[in-house]
Amino acid sequence: MWEIIQANKRKSVALVVLLAVVLMGLGYTAGYFWGGDGAGIIGVLAAMVIWTVMMLAAVGGGERVLLATAGAREVKREDAPQLYNIVEEMKIASGLPRMPRIFIIDSRTPNAFAVGLKPERAAVAVTTGLLARLTRDELQGVIGHELGHINNRDTLFMTLAGVTVGAVIILADLFLRGLWFSSGRRRSSRNDGQLALVMMILAIVLAILAPLMAQILYFACSRRREYLADACSAQYTRFPQGLASALAKIAGQSEAPKEVNRVLAPMYIVNPLAAAGSGRSLFSTHPPVEERIRVLQAMGSDVSLAGYQAAFAKVQAGEVAAGVGRLRGLKEEGAEQAEDTRRWREARDILHRADGYRAVKCGCGLTIRIPPGFDQETIVCPRCGRTVKVGG
Amino acid sequence: MTAAVILLVLIVALGLWLAATYNGLVRLRNQVRNAWSQIDVQLKRRHDLIPNLVETAKGYMKHERETFEEITRARSAAAQAAGVAERGKAESMLSGALGRFFLVVENYPDLKANQNFLALQEELTSTENKVGFARQFYNDQVLKFNTRLQSFPVNFVAGPFGFKAAEFFELEAPAEREAPKVQF
Repeated sequence: MWEIIQANKRKSVALVVLLAVVLMGLGYTAGYFWGGDGAGIIGVLAAMVIWTVMMLAAVGGGERVLLATAGAREVKREDAPQLYNIVEEMKIASGLPRMPRIFIIDSRTPNAFAVGLKPERAAVAVTTGLLARLTRDELQGVIGHELGHINNRDTLFMTLAGVTVGAVIILADLFLRGLWFSSGRRRSSRNDGQLALVMMILAIVLAILAPLMAQILYFACSRRREYLADACSAQYTRFPQGLASALAKIAGQSEAPKEVNRVLAPMYIVNPLAAAGSGRSLFSTHPPVEERIRVLQAMGSDVSLAGYQAAFAKVQAGEVAAGVGRLRGLKEEGAEQAEDTRRWREARDILHRADGYRAVKCGCGLTIRIPPGFDQETIVCPRCGRTVKVGG
Repeated sequence: MTAAVILLVLIVALGLWLAATYNGLVRLRNQVRNAWSQIDVQLKRRHDLIPNLVETAKGYMKHERETFEEITRARSAAAQAAGVAERGKAESMLSGALGRFFLVVENYPDLKANQNFLALQEELTSTENKVGFARQFYNDQVLKFNTRLQSFPVNFVAGPFGFKAAEFFELEAPAEREAPKVQF
């Protein structure tokens, strides 16, 4: 498996180089088209400028922007002791140099993602839905997966590849739009009409295909990295069943959250945009969840990376029957309604603490949440009507 | 003349190799020490949590004096243990005592509903897990260091340089290793 990580690194570098070539080629074509023979190089320069600006934005404030678009809030140890403990356990197991920052997202859809270009600057984000639905062991598996991404430098690679793909998309879009407005005027000024027409068609085809190609490459790499992060999680937790059942629970949710955009999608543990049960396609950021679960369940007692590889080979060879149905059944079995409510409440509490709410107990037993900006000294209890001192 | 040059080149090469080997070994040894200090932090944290736990539980569990005594005894034994192997043995005893304690707790629903106790239980469970994970990481580092130390030709110079093989940190038997996994 170590060899796989190395091979993966080489492939990733090759992919980024390839994407850069696509970007430059597109830049050249666009430049050539607008300015004639000498202007191709200007197009390449323009492509490089676009890329550099986007890269600077991603490296400089990328994590903050990502977390902000996802609506994430940072939680401290005292806000969510259990979550903090689980992350710290996985930090120790994975040998990360520093404790990652922890964020929570207010969303009923269970999911999680990791950001941070360096292991020293890592952050993990989980949704309230995830906290509410998963047991401790399952949550540990998910966090292990995320820290695996960070340790394998997936976050760095995905940012690099993602920015390049984004630049290709922007450039192709600019080119096609520009063509729409300027083509008539420009073409009439030339006399070698036929060649120009052929070139123009070629350029348009390239501009349409380049973003598609870039995305297919990007997603292929993203899928391979998911398997690797699963393997790391199994190795850290020594309990692959935890992650397997977490994946089953997360995939069992069909509702897609509104607040997720396409750029963020590959960073989540399970693709938040895909409908449940959707199979493999060139455009999936993630491998099919069923397959990931099957590999994890086939692992047995060897939880090393080699064990994962063996299980993966078995599943690929079709030796392991689908076990997902069984697992989905298992999760309903307990019917732990009260337990579920308690965990939901805890997840909400964490969110409130992160937002700076204070809790005041009324004599009737009701806990009233006071928002941070509240300036009155007393509040009327909504249940029993008594006036309660806010205090502090 | 050429013989002297060849000799000189050989000596320089040997010197460079020695320096590189020495530095590599120092780096690995520091990693082992760093990993050990992580275990140490977690073990100390566990020792610090136990008095609190005993204090909280005592009020509810009046008839379990023996269990408390066992924990207290195991804790002080673990605190005094020196050396990696002995430490491992003493900490295993403590883990066992705690495991039995949490089994007994099942008979006290009032205690299980106590917020303070629940928080302590989470801390202790997590600390047990952290000890486990830190141990795993430490043993990986020890394996790396020892393998390097014993491979040819490093094994000839490691001794004169003063490097000694590091000890693995063992906790007892598979049953013991499962004890920290407390389900909620």
